[in-house]
Amino acid sequence: MMSTILIVGAGQAGSQAIDTLRREGFAGRLVLIGEETQLPYQRPPLSKKYLAGELDEERLLFRHRSFYDDHRVELKLGAPVIGLDPSGRRVTLAGGEDLAYDRLLLCLGAQSRRLNCPGAELPGVHYLRAIADVAPIRSGLKPGARVVVIGGGYIGLETAATARKLGCAVTVLEMADRVMNRVVASSVSEFFAHEHRLQGVKIVCNTRVVGLEGADRVERVVCADGSTHPADVLVVGVGAQAHSELASTAGLACENGILVDEYCRTSDPAIFAAGDCTNHPSPRFGMRVRLESVDNAFEQAKTAALNMLERPTVHDRVPWFWSDQYDNKLLIVGLSQGFDQQVMRGDPATRSFSVCYLKGGELQAVEAINHSKDYMAARKLITERARPDLAKLADIQIGLKDSL
Amino acid sequence: MPKIVFIEPTGARREIEAPVGVTVMEVARQHGVAGIVAQCGGACACATCHVYVAPEWLGKLEPREDMEEGMLENAWEPRPNSRLSCQVHVTAELDGLELTVPLRQAQHD
Repeated sequence: MMSTILIVGAGQAGSQAIDTLRREGFAGRLVLIGEETQLPYQRPPLSKKYLAGELDEERLLFRHRSFYDDHRVELKLGAPVIGLDPSGRRVTLAGGEDLAYDRLLLCLGAQSRRLNCPGAELPGVHYLRAIADVAPIRSGLKPGARVVVIGGGYIGLETAATARKLGCAVTVLEMADRVMNRVVASSVSEFFAHEHRLQGVKIVCNTRVVGLEGADRVERVVCADGSTHPADVLVVGVGAQAHSELASTAGLACENGILVDEYCRTSDPAIFAAGDCTNHPSPRFGMRVRLESVDNAFEQAKTAALNMLERPTVHDRVPWFWSDQYDNKLLIVGLSQGFDQQVMRGDPATRSFSVCYLKGGELQAVEAINHSKDYMAARKLITERARPDLAKLADIQIGLKDSL
Repeated sequence: MPKIVFIEPTGARREIEAPVGVTVMEVARQHGVAGIVAQCGGACACATCHVYVAPEWLGKLEPREDMEEGMLENAWEPRPNSRLSCQVHVTAELDGLELTVPLRQAQHD
């Protein structure tokens, strides 16, 4: 009988795994190990309400401390894992403590991709991923402060929106020809760029950062075309990569993340992995993916927990994502890769519309802007592999759920 | 502090003291109320904090906004007394508010 489960990584996935393990009757020793000192907390608000100072730290927590006590969870927080020995089934913590396991769950998350141009190591170059990153950024977000954001993805644009709401003069520098180019249709990029410009944010696309300059700290950003952008505050949001060194060093198979199967098993039978750190198969979409998403972390953790308890369960979900910028809500469901048809529902000028993606007639993904009905209907239709009627689909007056 | 009453899917009754100003979803999640998944943490993006409001309390809540309305329309078994608990804030007047957690959350799960 299994007696000890260790969970490394105290984020969304680690927190959910505890819940599922105890709810499903695991009675053995359960240890949650986290690099950060906080109890498991939500990351999405870090670039939104928490950055704006509208939410205190207590409200970021998934559970109160009493929950962990009640569920007999040993918390080892502020304790990075420095060693993993799969053959001896042990992990070593930075303080030197050695812990044995019967099953190990890796929920290591992702880490911010770093700039590597000259000046990138100057003080004042901020990344936004953890609670501890927020205070140094927020302290500079004063009315009139010049804020430069490198990267026009989710984090960059959410940070820009928050800084603008606080009265800062904000510039977003994006290397591609449009913002959020990897995740949404061009019409959606245009809509959000327009919204930011209406709010007074300067968005510069097709621009490559070649250096950061300053005496004691970063003061300006230099681009390839020779332009410079003075920065009182500089935030970099240029994507993330899987946090998988611990696994790869220990000899687990990794490739753009820790490789797991549909049961969330790694290449070692006693080790499972969940969340942003995994590269996993998506049966619904017929490909391997690495996702940075709350839903994926949550659902893979549930699946991994059940499989650790030897209750075979397959992870096969339609992923979803969201972003809040000003009063606009972007809701995305499905994966658009490989689509062969794109259908617009509604008119962006009304500030409520959707973009649908199909492949071989099947609905594959939907990006819904301020349109929660389409989004919720799409979650169901994509799961069911529905084949909408194209004429109905293109008519926003017809509900998406009635488009078959 | 006002008390919020949750009837979990098993029928278990949980009475939880809740600070004024936070959302009912946060109260449920931080205390691990069964059946409240609340994946998106209150962004009105997932419809997994769906509850049924006891009829006598309906009139005391602020009405649903469009975004919540749209989410609920496709939630699991929506009823006229359905709410997303992330959109309901705790106030002194809601002391004793009774909410029933549905058997399931999102329709497609």
